[in-house]
Amino acid sequence: MSQAPTREVARRVFAREFNDASHTFKESDDERAPVYLLLPTGERANRVFLVGTLTEKEDVGEGDEYWRGRIVDPTGTFFVYAGQYQPDAASTLRDLEPPAYVAVVGKPRTYETDDGSVNVSVRPESITAVDSATRDRWVAEAAQRTLERVETFEDESNEYARMAREEYDLPVDDYRPMALSALEGLDESDELGSDDGGIDAPAEP
Amino acid sequence: MTDLHTHAEDVAAQFSDHLDLTVDEVEERLDNLVNEYRVPVDEARRSVVNSYLDEAGLERDALSGGGNASVGLAEIDQDEQWLDVTAKVVELWEARSDSVAQVGLLGDETGTTKFVAFETSDLPELEAGTVYRLENLVTDEYQGNFSVKLNRTTTITEVDEDIDVGDDAETVEGALVDIQSGSGLIKRCPEDDCTRVLQNGRCSEHGDVDGEFDLRIKGVLDDGEAVHEVIFDRESTEALTGTTLAEAKDMAMDALDTTVVADEMRTGTLGRYYRVSGPQFGRYVLVDEFERLSDPVDAEAALIEARSI
Repeated sequence: MSQAPTREVARRVFAREFNDASHTFKESDDERAPVYLLLPTGERANRVFLVGTLTEKEDVGEGDEYWRGRIVDPTGTFFVYAGQYQPDAASTLRDLEPPAYVAVVGKPRTYETDDGSVNVSVRPESITAVDSATRDRWVAEAAQRTLERVETFEDESNEYARMAREEYDLPVDDYRPMALSALEGLDESDELGSDDGGIDAPAEP
Repeated sequence: MTDLHTHAEDVAAQFSDHLDLTVDEVEERLDNLVNEYRVPVDEARRSVVNSYLDEAGLERDALSGGGNASVGLAEIDQDEQWLDVTAKVVELWEARSDSVAQVGLLGDETGTTKFVAFETSDLPELEAGTVYRLENLVTDEYQGNFSVKLNRTTTITEVDEDIDVGDDAETVEGALVDIQSGSGLIKRCPEDDCTRVLQNGRCSEHGDVDGEFDLRIKGVLDDGEAVHEVIFDRESTEALTGTTLAEAKDMAMDALDTTVVADEMRTGTLGRYYRVSGPQFGRYVLVDEFERLSDPVDAEAALIEARSI
C-alpha cells in the first residue's frame, strides 16, 4: 500500500507575524521534502491561507509578466508574487481592480536582501475575489489561531516554539494584543484600503 | 485453527437449547470438512449446521441468532466478525465488478455501513428502502473502514417495519482551498457497471469509449488545523456553483474546452468557507449537504472567546 503524501495544512497567520518570520527549514534530506517557514509563535507553515484587501497591483516583470500584489490585513501587508508558473493567479491579479477583497492560498517564500535582512512573500496557488463576510471570518479565525499559538508557546512539548525561541528574538506576547485589536476592528464597519502598510515591499526575488 | 474453533463455539451455542454438543466435537467435524476435504469454511459451517438441524428435527428458522454478535452497524470495529442485523437498505450502488451482485448501504438506528453481496453467494436481491433481518453476515475491514459481506450462509428475511436510520455523517468545515484535477465537467465510462472517470477519453478498464458527461468537484476544506478532502456529486456541485450540467456543457462547447468549467467553479468557490456533511469513504467525505458560512461574524462573541484563550 503506497502512502500518499499528506497535504500540508494552510496556516492562518496575520501579515505582521508572517513578515516577522525569516527562518525556513526542511524535516528530511529528501530534495522534494516540504520547506517550512517557522512562524514566530511556534508553528511550521508550508502553506498559508489569507484574506485581505488587495490595495495595489503592479506588473514588475521584465519581459514576462510578473505581478506583485499588496494585500492588507488589520496588522500589515502581505506581498504576493505571481508569474508564468502561477498562470491562474497571475491572470486574476491582472484582471482585478483594487481595492478588492481577495482570498489567497499559497506558499511562503523568503528572499534575502543585499543588506542581509529576509523578506517574506507568498507565492499563490490561487487568488479569488471574495466578499467582506469571508474577510471578516478570516480575521476572526486568524486571531483565534494566533491566540492559541501564543497560549501554547511555553509548553514543554511544543517543538516549534522551542525552535522559534532559538531562531528569533521576538516578543511573542505582543502578538496577543495584535490579534485582539484585529478582532476589535471587526466591530467597526468595513473600511477598504485602510491601514498603515508600513512595511517596504520586498525586493523582487 | 482458532478460526474454526470460533465457528465451532458459535455453532455449539446455536444448538445449546436443542442438542447436547461439545465445542470439540463440532470443531472436529468442521476440521474434517475444511482440512481433509478442502471445503470452504462457510460451506463447512453450513453443512455441519444442516446436519445438526436434521438431528434435532429443526428448521433453520428455529435457531436463535446463537453466537453471532448483534452490533450496531455504525459501531462495527472488528474484522471478520459474524453478525446478525435488522437493517434497511438505504442505497444501492452500481456494482463495479462482475463478481459483485449488489453493493450499497445498510442502515440501522446507529448509522450506516457499506454492504457487498457476491454473485457466487447466489442470494435473493435486496430492494432499496426495504427492511430485512439478515443473519450470518461477516464484517470486513479495508484501511480502517468497516463493511459487511453477505455470503451463501446469510439468511435474508423481509421484515414489515421501518427503521429510522441513524445519522453517522461526518461534518467538516473550513475554507475551500483547492479544487483538484478531475473536477468540473468530466466524462464517465458508459459501460454497464462502470462509472470510471475517463482520462483523455480512455477508461482504465474499457479503453477508448464515448463518455457520458457528469459534474463533480473534488475539493479540499482546510480549517488551519487539518485538511478534509470532499467530493461534491453532480447534484451538490450544481447547488454549490449554480451551474447545471447542461449549462456546463454549453460553456465547454463555446470555449471548445472542458477545463473552462472547473476554472469558473474555482473563481466562484475557492477561498470561501463551507460546512459539509455526508458519509466518509476512505479519504473523502461524500457531500450530502453543504452550507456556505457567510453569516457576518459576531465580533463581540469572538472577542469574548478570544480573551478567554
